[in-house]
Amino acid sequence: MSRWLPSPILSAALLIMWLLLNQSLSPGQLLIGALLAIAAPILSRPLRPFTVVVKKPMVMLRLAGWSLKEIIRSSFNVSRIILFTRHEHLNSQFIRIPLDLRDPYGLAVLSCIINSTPGTVWVEIMPDSNDLALHVFDLHDANWWVEMIKTRYEQPLIEIFEQGNP
Amino acid sequence: MSVVNIDLPLWLAVPFVLLLLLGSLIILIGALGLLRLPSFYQRVHGPAITITLGTGCVLLASMLYFSGLETRLVLHELLISAFLLLTAPVTSMMIMRASVYRDLRAGRIIRESDASESYRFPGSNDE
Amino acid sequence: MTTLLTLTILFAQGCTMLAMLFCAIRLLLGPSAQDRVLALDTLWMCGMILALVMGIRFANDVYFEMALLIALTGFVSSIALAKFLTRGEIIE
Repeated sequence: MSRWLPSPILSAALLIMWLLLNQSLSPGQLLIGALLAIAAPILSRPLRPFTVVVKKPMVMLRLAGWSLKEIIRSSFNVSRIILFTRHEHLNSQFIRIPLDLRDPYGLAVLSCIINSTPGTVWVEIMPDSNDLALHVFDLHDANWWVEMIKTRYEQPLIEIFEQGNP
Repeated sequence: MSVVNIDLPLWLAVPFVLLLLLGSLIILIGALGLLRLPSFYQRVHGPAITITLGTGCVLLASMLYFSGLETRLVLHELLISAFLLLTAPVTSMMIMRASVYRDLRAGRIIRESDASESYRFPGSNDE
Repeated sequence: MTTLLTLTILFAQGCTMLAMLFCAIRLLLGPSAQDRVLALDTLWMCGMILALVMGIRFANDVYFEMALLIALTGFVSSIALAKFLTRGEIIE
């Protein structure tokens, strides 16, 4: 099982991608898709640095729901600012957020969420510490951002990715 | 070059029209932000709404439309949204980092090691 | 009903084309190189959306593949340009 299907989630995603791309459920397409889904993870296994074990699907769903809501809310926020706020009064700032998250996959997911949310762009992890540099479109209260990212995003990601290796 | 004659059922047509209107307005506002905002670090945030909400709305509308047209569930627009969900953050982060590094080299912004803000513009700390 | 749908689709097409015009102006105007890269990336995205809206307008599935290809090539080109701006070379 683990030899021929090293990562079942990736295989399922590949199969679904193939079927969506061809828009059919015929046996032939299913067969080709299954071949792709089995061959691609085995062939690309040396490229993946280490496998990730994902636990707690409920926490993941809650995180996805929250970030979706946040994306929609801040989209309307940003469009309101672009349309109606005087641009000279805009307070665009870099802020610094101390992170406890160390897992590279967790950091990748965090950067995806933060960059997908309009109004915030991830710049980099500061070279001398584990602090995150973030650019905020219209900053009112830096502490609110630190609090929000640490409790809403970082805490669930630590729960999801850093259970096995504390 | 004429529009195909279409007949969607009402319960599909109403969300389709609303989503398409919202999506195109959001796209326009994002591009307007790109055009009108004064500095690069503000202009980065304009296209973000185009890419996330604008594209999302148009993709949902397209899904509804083709599902109604072919009277079966058409889901292959999900591929584009999944792809954009993975790649759009990478693009915006790479452009942001390119800009920050260029400005660091040119001395237009300064990296701080111990402060609440991580970078600052020289001259803006005097007031 | 059909008129309303047609008008909506034409409106969406007009909005997307106007957005592309704004991106093109920023691309020509942009004071710094990163502005131009950002404008080019947004132009790719607007082109993809325009392909989707065209697909809706002509009720044709082929435009979907076009949109997917535009998204793919746009991603690769934007990453390459941003990388070039960061380091001055694409492949290190």
